[in-house]
Amino acid sequence: MPRYFTQDHEWIDVDGTAATVGITDYAQGQLGDITFVELPAAGADLGKGDSVCVVDSVKAASDVYSPVSGAVTDLNEALAEQPELVNSAAESDGWLWKMTLADAGELDALMDEAAYQTYVAGL
Amino acid sequence: MNELNPSGWRPSTGEIGTVDVPPTFTGNRALQLEEPLIFEIGSVDQCGVDLPDADDEVLPGLPLRAAPVDLPGLSEPEAVRHYTRLSRQNYAIDLGLFPLGSCTMKHNPRLNEKVARLPGFADVHPLQPQQTVQGALKAMNELAHWLITLTGMHGVAMTPKAGAHGELCGLLCIRAALEARGDLREVILVPESAHGTNPATAAFAGFRVENIPATAEGRVDLAALTARLGPDVAGVMITNPNTCGLFECDMKAISDAVHVAGGYVYCDGANFNAIVGRVRPGDLGVDAMHINLHKTFSTPHGGGGPGSGPVVLSEALAPFGPLPFSARQADGSVRLVEEENAAEEGHSQAFGRMCAFHGQMGMYTRALAYILSHGADGLRQVSGDAVLNANYVLRSLDDVLDAPFGAAGPCMHEALFSDDGFAEGFSTLDLAKGLIDEGFHPMTVYFPLVVHGAMLVEPTETESKAALDQFIGAMRSLAQRAKAGDPALKSAPHMAPRRRLDETLAARKPKLVWREA
Repeated sequence: MPRYFTQDHEWIDVDGTAATVGITDYAQGQLGDITFVELPAAGADLGKGDSVCVVDSVKAASDVYSPVSGAVTDLNEALAEQPELVNSAAESDGWLWKMTLADAGELDALMDEAAYQTYVAGL
Repeated sequence: MNELNPSGWRPSTGEIGTVDVPPTFTGNRALQLEEPLIFEIGSVDQCGVDLPDADDEVLPGLPLRAAPVDLPGLSEPEAVRHYTRLSRQNYAIDLGLFPLGSCTMKHNPRLNEKVARLPGFADVHPLQPQQTVQGALKAMNELAHWLITLTGMHGVAMTPKAGAHGELCGLLCIRAALEARGDLREVILVPESAHGTNPATAAFAGFRVENIPATAEGRVDLAALTARLGPDVAGVMITNPNTCGLFECDMKAISDAVHVAGGYVYCDGANFNAIVGRVRPGDLGVDAMHINLHKTFSTPHGGGGPGSGPVVLSEALAPFGPLPFSARQADGSVRLVEEENAAEEGHSQAFGRMCAFHGQMGMYTRALAYILSHGADGLRQVSGDAVLNANYVLRSLDDVLDAPFGAAGPCMHEALFSDDGFAEGFSTLDLAKGLIDEGFHPMTVYFPLVVHGAMLVEPTETESKAALDQFIGAMRSLAQRAKAGDPALKSAPHMAPRRRLDETLAARKPKLVWREA
């Protein structure tokens, strides 16, 4: 299952026309302890780059942007009680939402793991 | 004497840290007193004052409470001691330097308080006949005149009750001006380094917010801003000097570009303290700017009620300013302009009002006392000394702390540092907590967001060189401990009424109501 990354530090796993989105381990490290995750509405239509949800940490409240266009199909309800999952497992159990993939061509503009690591190293 | 403490000042703390001190019977630490919640000391069975029995006929027909409210009853000395003890666990500008960046925690002169307590100002009512409060109205009008003159603007809306309320007032003026010309633009541009209230205000006023990036020097990216301007942009909100403590050198070019594109310029005046008496925002093309009277003009922060955030307006926006306002008449008297007489004063396009009455009199009188006691030349010295003090802090610390924009030249009223270079595992939070042990309120931390691990220090003009040297000595000591990875710093504060609190747990699982265990 290929994984892509954005410059705003989201990751997206793609499985056919379905995808899972979260923030990267680098992003959670920068934010510090996550205290609250405001998830999007189920079924919401997302455009590429739309501000979808908000992650609150002890340092800041940060927007999370949709890496691609599509509709929200599922939310990580566990985050309501355990926002710390985003700290402990940002790129697995700390996923934020699942969505459909409206245009697979949009993935071409995203980075792969190696490119993202190079990008982060330059920050 | 010690190089970290050049003034040689030392509190008489004896041998702290050299012996293990057992906890006291009371939980008190000398004069630092433990204090339970008021619900834990008061009893619902007793009452500190004698109240008459409730008389049903006093409130005929009203739904009277069937069960007692269970308020804790305390005697007068118990109540006084409870709140006095709590106040001693607090920190205040009257206790010491309060270096919160962007907040301008300057001394509140006692002369202001004396003036504000004069019965002709303190004991008047907003519904009193205007001929009986001419002195108060003239004071309001004189303050308005000073604010217009100091900012080089055309008009002022005095009624907003705080900075963010002023922002809302300014944006509603912009909206009214756009509606008046039938041009419903919906986007407000906000730089990354803006105060958090700016995008919140724009969204609240019904605009869509878009970010403008900063340059590597910490200023608004003029090219990026100009490129984004267009027929959908209602205006920009810019803080000048900005939250990195830097003057926006391109401000005039920004204003010109925004005006050519048909938009308006809102300036967040939170940092006016750095430029008062030297720069007039009106000359920079600003259309609206709020002034936090509790920052630049020394009224108390949270001083017994609402604050005051007057908004100065350009010629283009002034006709849309809210009602009521004071207007001087040909005979020298002052009257309030309300809906019924707005047309007579040539002000029939007001967008509405920001509050029921004419604003916060107690803040007006304090600000006017401050302005008149300083005079125009004194206010010019205020901004000069504020900038001098900030640069003294910046240059006294930039060899031990990373100063992200330090190489770009002098700062304005606040000095920005980061935790870059601290030992592994040490961050801004640790240094801030260490400052509590040193007897200072911590500086602003993790803001502005554009700097990682930011520490924003605003000394203000009211600190003496001796006070700054003491603070600088403490900061140098803490910076060296953070760089060396001193484990004691990681668990600071050690000497405060409470040790380091679990802020994450408090945010994740806040306890917002008291319940009996």
